[in-house]
Amino acid sequence: MATKALICLYGNEVAPRFDLTREVLIAVIGDVGKVQEEKELVLPHASVEIICNMIITEGIKVVICGGIEEEYYQYLTWKNVTVLDSVIGNWHAVLQRLAQGRLQSGDILTEEGSKNT
Amino acid sequence: MPDNMNPNPLPPEIGTLDIPMALPFIIDELPLGIVAMDCERRVVLLNRSMEALTGFDRKDAKAIACRHIIRGDFCLGKCPVLGMSQGSGMVCVEGNIINRQRQKIPVRVTFTPIRDLRGHLIGFFETFEDIRMLGTMAGKTSEAYTFGQLVGRSPQMEQIYRFLPMIAQSNSSVLLTGETGTGKDLVAEAIHQESSRAKGPFIKVNCGALPATLLESELFGHQKGAFTGAVENKPGRFRLAHNGTLFLAEIGDLPLSLQVKLLTFLDDRVVHPLGSTKGFLCDVRVIAATHQDLELMVRKRTFREDLLFRLNVVRMQLPPLRDRRDDVQLLLDHFLQTFVSKFKKPIRGFSTNALRILLAYAYPGNVRELKNIVEYASNVCQVNQIQSEHLPAYLTHSLPSYRPANDAPQMIAAQHPATQEESPDGADSAAIERKIIIDAILKTQEDKKVELEWPAIERKMIIDAIVKAQGRRNKAATILGWSRSRLYRKMIQYGIEK
Repeated sequence: MATKALICLYGNEVAPRFDLTREVLIAVIGDVGKVQEEKELVLPHASVEIICNMIITEGIKVVICGGIEEEYYQYLTWKNVTVLDSVIGNWHAVLQRLAQGRLQSGDILTEEGSKNT
Repeated sequence: MPDNMNPNPLPPEIGTLDIPMALPFIIDELPLGIVAMDCERRVVLLNRSMEALTGFDRKDAKAIACRHIIRGDFCLGKCPVLGMSQGSGMVCVEGNIINRQRQKIPVRVTFTPIRDLRGHLIGFFETFEDIRMLGTMAGKTSEAYTFGQLVGRSPQMEQIYRFLPMIAQSNSSVLLTGETGTGKDLVAEAIHQESSRAKGPFIKVNCGALPATLLESELFGHQKGAFTGAVENKPGRFRLAHNGTLFLAEIGDLPLSLQVKLLTFLDDRVVHPLGSTKGFLCDVRVIAATHQDLELMVRKRTFREDLLFRLNVVRMQLPPLRDRRDDVQLLLDHFLQTFVSKFKKPIRGFSTNALRILLAYAYPGNVRELKNIVEYASNVCQVNQIQSEHLPAYLTHSLPSYRPANDAPQMIAAQHPATQEESPDGADSAAIERKIIIDAILKTQEDKKVELEWPAIERKMIIDAIVKAQGRRNKAATILGWSRSRLYRKMIQYGIEK
């Protein structure tokens, strides 16, 4: 079954903060680990509650971001959304790693390589 | 070094940030979080306080853009460093960061440009001050009956307020006991913030959250190569809490093997990371908390007696909410005010009926449960007064009462004249409503007659014992099989003192 993932964006990188995200990428990842669909959304002046609501209504199953407050993390987890936080790196690389099923919370993907903290 | 002796002359505009070998060790000892960055705002160095504040290890953070490590609200879009021209000096801003433990921490940050001898910008220096306590104090200056984030005016809480500053000034280990939701975490943080260690880190570890093997490495750290997967040195929470306070929540869940190690630390104050031959002398104050009966655990041999003796230097038993019923009203108002300003709702108070239910409820989950109820009601309420239908359903379906007879109606009538005056139906309807409520309470009390009779019986028992002991309270306490302090507490509770 295809999985819908949301990456909080800051330019070409994963956004450092979930609550201050103004741009997101929604990607659909197929069964064989291939990205089937990508779309970028700009969310000007979106509050964190609006972003959470959008995640639930869009049927997102995985959220990738940098820092996230405990209450929103717990809320999304409660709603059966997997939150991979403290992820650092270029969103293309992050999405590829997610599609391969190798992305974890705390992953740092730099040009030199990757590490998990 | 003079310019003409430099083998690698700096480019005219931008130089390189060369950190002297000793600098990391020096800044590690400072109580402020410190980050050094190059001109491209990539992290060059973090000190230990900053590691504790952000949760990132300095090796992981190195060469990463600072916004991903600091994660401040000032980082995105309006980074103060961007505005630092060649001639500008330091800039101080207040904001918040989100650390790896997912806490939002208010901070005061000072950004300072670093220049070489020729005045060229070679990097930036940021110092971070945790201002959680300042924020709390600023918000609470107008409020009496508070200490740190603790709220209450009951005799039990007043005793805690008197006790806390004294405990804070000492360096002794503290053991906090009490039911879940009584505020053990808040007391621990208040002790830290009131102590001389307030500028140092406050590190919290939940002993029940991790398996024993991980917990040992988490608490005491490990040396590179100590076990499979230990690819880097890890300082451990004890070391991160150096010059600060380590709060061990749920100490009753600490595995026996680690209890021995904690015991050793409390004796000699030296931390031995896994796989290391060298110890690190750690100046850490330990505060432990549990909701379990440690004495019982000692008897069952699941908790070491010698560790209990070492932790039990200063012991504080936090009272459950049912023992400080006077605080329920204050807490309801306090949390309502908090959530009203947080959710930006025009709620002015509780209706008489909602208040009756809330005052009569037993709160087995203590203050945490009360807070959650108020949060729920504030969310659900769309009018300017919280009604009984805005309360969680389980409150209105069953109404366990803890009030002695005739107490609750008086309390509602006396404490909330404003609520009644604000009733849209006017004074007559308020009086009718009050009568209906009093009737309802009396009916509830009749239904629970056996439960409500106990306070009267207990009061009589105390008076009988005092009469029998000819007024000597020590002897009366012996007759009742109670401690002296319990007798005093009960006498105050039943108004026998006066």
